[in-house]
Formats: sequence, C-alpha cells, structure tokens
Amino acid sequence: MDRRTTLKWVLAAGAAWPLVQRRAAQAGTPLAARTDVARAAAAPARGYGRDPDLVANYHPGELWPLTMTAVERRLAGMLADIIIPADEHSPGASAVGVVEFIDEWVSAPYPAQQRDRTLVLGGFAWLDDEAARRFGKGFADLDTPLKHGICDDICDESHAATERRDAARFFALYRDLTAGGFYSTPAGRKDLNFIGNVPLTRFDGPPTALLEALNLL
Amino acid sequence: MPFVTAKTQKRAYDVIVVGSGAAGGQSAYTLCMDGAKVLMLEAGRRYSPETETPMFHTPDVAPLGGADTPDKPFGFYDATVDGGWDLPGEPYVRASEEDAGRFEWWRARMLGGRTNHWGRISLRNGPYDFKPRSRDGLGLDWPISYEDVAPYYDKVELLIGVYGSNEGLENTPNSPPGCLLPPPKPIVSDYLIAQRAKRLGIPVIPGHRAVLTQPLDYQRSPARLHPGNAAAQRILAADMRSRGACLWATPCGRGCSVRANYQSATVHLPPALHSGNLDIRTDAMVYEITLGKDGRANGVSFVDRISGKQRHAAARVVVLAASACESARLLLNSRSPQFPDGLANSSGKVGRYLMDTVGSNLSGQIPLLESLPPLNEDAADGHQLYVPWWLYQDQHAGKLGFARGYHIEFNGGKRMPGFGTAAGLEWLTGGSYGARFKQDVRRYYGSFVYFDGRGEMIPNDQSFCEIDPKVKDQWGIPVLRFHWQWSEHELKQAAHMQKTFADIIDAMGGKPRDPPQSDGAKAIAPGGSIIHEVGGAIMGSDPKTSVTNPWCQTWDVDNLFVTDGAVFASNADKNPTLTIMALAWRAADHILERMRRKEL
Repeated sequence: MDRRTTLKWVLAAGAAWPLVQRRAAQAGTPLAARTDVARAAAAPARGYGRDPDLVANYHPGELWPLTMTAVERRLAGMLADIIIPADEHSPGASAVGVVEFIDEWVSAPYPAQQRDRTLVLGGFAWLDDEAARRFGKGFADLDTPLKHGICDDICDESHAATERRDAARFFALYRDLTAGGFYSTPAGRKDLNFIGNVPLTRFDGPPTALLEALNLL
Repeated sequence: MPFVTAKTQKRAYDVIVVGSGAAGGQSAYTLCMDGAKVLMLEAGRRYSPETETPMFHTPDVAPLGGADTPDKPFGFYDATVDGGWDLPGEPYVRASEEDAGRFEWWRARMLGGRTNHWGRISLRNGPYDFKPRSRDGLGLDWPISYEDVAPYYDKVELLIGVYGSNEGLENTPNSPPGCLLPPPKPIVSDYLIAQRAKRLGIPVIPGHRAVLTQPLDYQRSPARLHPGNAAAQRILAADMRSRGACLWATPCGRGCSVRANYQSATVHLPPALHSGNLDIRTDAMVYEITLGKDGRANGVSFVDRISGKQRHAAARVVVLAASACESARLLLNSRSPQFPDGLANSSGKVGRYLMDTVGSNLSGQIPLLESLPPLNEDAADGHQLYVPWWLYQDQHAGKLGFARGYHIEFNGGKRMPGFGTAAGLEWLTGGSYGARFKQDVRRYYGSFVYFDGRGEMIPNDQSFCEIDPKVKDQWGIPVLRFHWQWSEHELKQAAHMQKTFADIIDAMGGKPRDPPQSDGAKAIAPGGSIIHEVGGAIMGSDPKTSVTNPWCQTWDVDNLFVTDGAVFASNADKNPTLTIMALAWRAADHILERMRRKEL
C-alpha cells in the first residue's frame, strides 16, 4: 500500500477539521467507514451512552479497548515528548499518560475521534515514509536532530510546503491532542500554576496591587 | 411517597403539571405550597443533583478528557443526561437543511429538564419588551405589561436566589430592595473589558445569575413570599436554610450538589415535595391531553417509558410546562372530532411564532493579560459582569438598520486547564513545539476573552413547527417538523455584534481570533442552537390571534394552561428563564384563585 497516497486521500476527504469546529460537525459520516488505512476502521466499541455515571473516575481502556499497536504507541510517545518534553517545571507528555490518552482518543467509537484516528495513524505512516525517503530509516530510529528536522517542516501549517500541507494538519492535530492530554493532568495544571477548583468561603477577586499595576482601578 | 408509580399514582389530582423544568417546577411549587394536589409528569428519569454531580472532578478522570461527544454534546461533565439536539428514538423533521432555514431542537429528558445545565443568567424583561409592536411597529405586543409581571419577578428572585445590582439603565429594570443577592467580584479580564468598553460608550454592569453569593434570607423571605401561610413559610424557611452558598469553584453547568445555584430539582421541587402535595412520576412521556364529554380537559395520556405501556392520569386542571415546542406538539397531537386541528388551536396559532435568541460570538487574545501571576479566577463561573443593550435611542431613531437589541456575555481568566487550553495556538506561536511550546502555553494561558451576543428575534410567519404527516417517534407519537427563517433585523444585528466585539477587543489592545464577520448570515448561530426557543402557543388579548389569554389559560379549554416559554409573544434579548418562572407563578396564582372560586 502506498501510505502517502492513502494519507493524501484521507486528508482530502476532510479529516483535518479544526478542533473548535467539531461541535458543529458531529453528525458527519464516520470517515473510517470509507478509508483504506490499515485498521483505521477497527471495529468500534460502544460509547459511554447518554446516561453515564458522571461521578466515577475513568481510565483509558475501561470504556472501550485501546487499539494502537506497540509500534504505534512507541512512536506516539516519542512524538508527544518532542512536542511536550520534560523541563525544569514539569515532566514530559509520555510520563503523565498522554500516550494512553491519545490511544483512548483514537480508539473511541465517536465520529470525530474516528476521523482523528484516520489522520493520526496516517500521519504516523507519513513520518516513517518521510524518514525512510530522506534518511533510509524509520522515524523512531532517527537521531533527535533529524526528527526535529522533519517536524520543523510540518509544525506550521500556514508555512508548510504544499506537498506537506496534509502532514502539517496531522502535526497540528497531534499537538492539540498531546497538549489536551498533558494540561488535563495534575502535572499540567501545576505547570500552568492553576490554583482554582478548590472550595472557598469567599471570593475576593484579584489583589488590589495587581489591578493597580495594570491601571485597572 | 412523592415519587409515584402505576401502583401508587392517585386516582385523581387537582392539577397535572407536564414537565419538571423551570415552568413545571415553578407551577408545581406555587400550587403545592397553597394546598393544591399536584401530579408532575416528567418524560425523563429521576435525577438527584446531590449525589450525581461531578463536583470538582478534573478532566484527567473523564473519558476523552471530558470532550464533547454525540452522547454528551456539551462535554462529559455537563449535567444533562439523556439530552441533546439528536435523541435516539426521538427524531424531528427539518423542512430545510440549508443553514439559513435550519432549526435544531434541544431536549433534556431528565428531572429538572434543561434547568440542570443552563447558564443561570436571570435577567428581567423591561417595559419595552412587553410592548415591542407599540414601540416600533414590528412583531407582537404582549397582553400584559412589565407592571403586571414585576411582582412575580420579585418573588422568583427572592425564592431561587439571584445576584445582581440595580443600575437604573433604560429598559433594564431595578429590583426592589432585598430581592437581589450581592454580585460577585469581577476577575482581571472583567475589569479590563469594563474599562475599555466604557471608553467606547458601552456600559458594563454586574450580571444577574441564579447563584447564591451568600445564604438566602430564610428569616424574612418566606413571609414575603407566602403571607398568611404559616405552613408554607415554615417549609420554605427550612429549605432555604439547607441550601449552601456558592463555593466559588466547579462549573455550574455540571449542576450543584450543595444547591448553591438554581436547578428545579434542588430549588423548586424539594419544598413542593415537603408540602406533601406533590407526586412526581418520571419516565412518563405525555402524548395527549384527554377531554371529558363537556369538552374540558380531564387528564393526560402518557407512555410509561419503562414498561412501554400507555397510561392515564386524571385531574381538574392540566398545566403544560413541557418546553415551548413540546407543549405545542402536545396540543397539536391532541386531536378530536371537536378539535380536529389540535387542542386549543381554533386560532390556528399553535406552533406559530417560534423564536430563538440571536447568537454570535468572537474571541480574542489580549497581550495585557499574558503572563499574569497565579490567580484563582473561578469566581462565579462567568457572567460576573455583562453589557446590557445600550443603543435604545439610536435604534429607535432608526440609526442602526435593525430593530431590536442584544446584550453581551463575556468570559476570560485562568480557567481549569483542559483540552482547549493549548489547542489551536498556531496563529500566535507560529507552530512552536518542544520547550518553546511549553513557554508559549504558559504565556498565553488566561489571556483569551470570549464574547457572546444574545439578541432579540422578531416573530415571523416563516418560523413555526407543525406535526409531520409521516414520521413518528419510538412510541408512535407523531413528531414536529420545523420551519425557520431569520429576517434582516436578526442578520444585521448579528453583524453588529461582530463589529462591537472586534471594537472591544481592539480597545483592549488585543486581536480577534478570527476576522469579525460582516455578513450577518454567516455570523448568526443556527435557529435553536442558543436553546432559548419560545413561542408556539402565544398569549394575547384576542382569541382569534392567540392561543392563551393573559393568564396562560387557553382560550378554547378553560382548565388547560400553558406556563412555559410557548406563551411568549416576543423574545427579548434577556434570557427567557426568569420570565418563564415569573409567568408560571402568576398563572399558578390565577389557577388557585379560580379553584377557590370553584370556577375550575
């Protein structure tokens, strides 16, 4: 199978919808039903239904099976850590469960997630093809600078070369998924110094000194 | 036992209330507290916010980080269960699939209905809003005025707890002393919006929401609400005392287990149940109002959703509070030789004059709000401040090109990080990844502001619902078919919203996420998507042109009332819920009075 052609076809079919437009697009036909990306149409389990238990704690794999292969998960973690590496403030993405989050996402039985599955798995295939074409290796086996070289070509959709525009859409989605998973965790909240979501007996508003500094008083 | 089954349902009641949301909750509350025996029928399941609300849950323990799905259209933690625009087994028909003619119908099949997830924004209609046709020659006047409804706004605010302030602005009524709770403190982005909007001549004032910024006045309010009724005062005082004040955290749309905001199931239903006068039957999908030989309503037929069996309930009075479109559907489906076009439809107006709110939004990024120190900005979960419509005089002088106004809701701040926090930042970051991306996310976190316009739609002849001749739901009940059309007034208003939002963002030194849309048809949200649908059984002063009289009593059947948004003759920019409750209380008082006089 020519993965590049497949990815192109899939992308042309409209998979790379901006996340913010999803809400309006839920009623669309699952792309996976029409795609020939390997396993992209992995038999979807059922969703959590209209009346799930809202107070239970859920973990990836409990509601529907995770479907990424070991090879895909390795690539998923590698790419997630390129996007969100560990630094002095917080761990990297894979250390806080982002691979599991993304696997849950692309394995979910909902139309938007099925569309994303097609794009994510197609994007993984593109990375390997690109690495093989340029360096004769799989993406996972490249040294870090070479990996970054490929990412640099696709990290900004508006400046990506025409033939890499589809791959750039994949990278944008994957960055959103990685960040979505990461900043949802306690480590992500700490990274952003989030101090809300705690019960207070009173809410005093911002400190006066800050409002004065901003000339807002 | 207040929650009844086929076995425990009584043979007859004084009043049947169809629906358990804002209208049903208020109708039942008022009736029960004054001694009427009421059966409430709710299509959805029993629901207990005290035990089912995901208070303080973080997105990492939700499926898909809490993202919206077809099963949970407003995200996993939204309070709504068994609800949405598309419900399995409960279809509806659109006469047009074109964007311009599209209407979407939200339903929430659960105890309390859509009061569980609503925004709690509780604005009074003003004097102009009841007499719009008299003022500009368009749409329809109500048969009642602000003065008729004002005492009931007072009562509802005292009962459910609404924060806000009295600013004395045009067509933006003050409340009498003691009605409103103090407004919450604003957050940094609120202060900035207020400062910069005011430079443009746009007023920014405290919002009004049904959230307890402090405990209710359980010592004085019960006597104000139920003079001369010691039992009601005692029950209400105990209930008010048991409601917690706001915890300044965890979104209201999830519901509130400490009952600090208004949900029918936490505010209206507990005291009504304590009165001993309320029976509630859930999973009861009402499909027909039944008539006696005298041509008056004698009860309703419903499907027990658990057994699938058809059941009946009997009462002297029937109150429809099923939501605007569902109540219209019920009337239209209640056909008989005496009423071949549906019940209470001699005017032909049932289903007519369907309205929603005009909605349009724009977001922006504000450099002044970047990299602020850590702040807890959960506040009251938004709407600490808002912009009431401010161009009444320009509009009346014909300077705007559209006839009715809008208010602006806005939000910002360092909200709980989650799926959207760092999504789609390329327009600011140039596509950064790695260490720089993490720095960018820290920099931009909390620097976004979001503006939503909410405007008045004028009723028109092209926007209505009727029974589809073919399609039926899973119980065999004929479904609604919707027709929808905006007028130039709404489209121009939506474009005006966009320009205003962009002007405010510019005045804040920021830039809009997307260019403001100058084409109103592209700026406006589809019909029904704001979930403020009203009309369909409008009240009026003439039986030939309206469905109910000023007391929400149908002209054709004197013991049949409609107390939900269906009776609205106009849909002011003010969110409809507070007005629904005020009208329901007023109608229930009227029913009680007529029952005392043995007229019902």
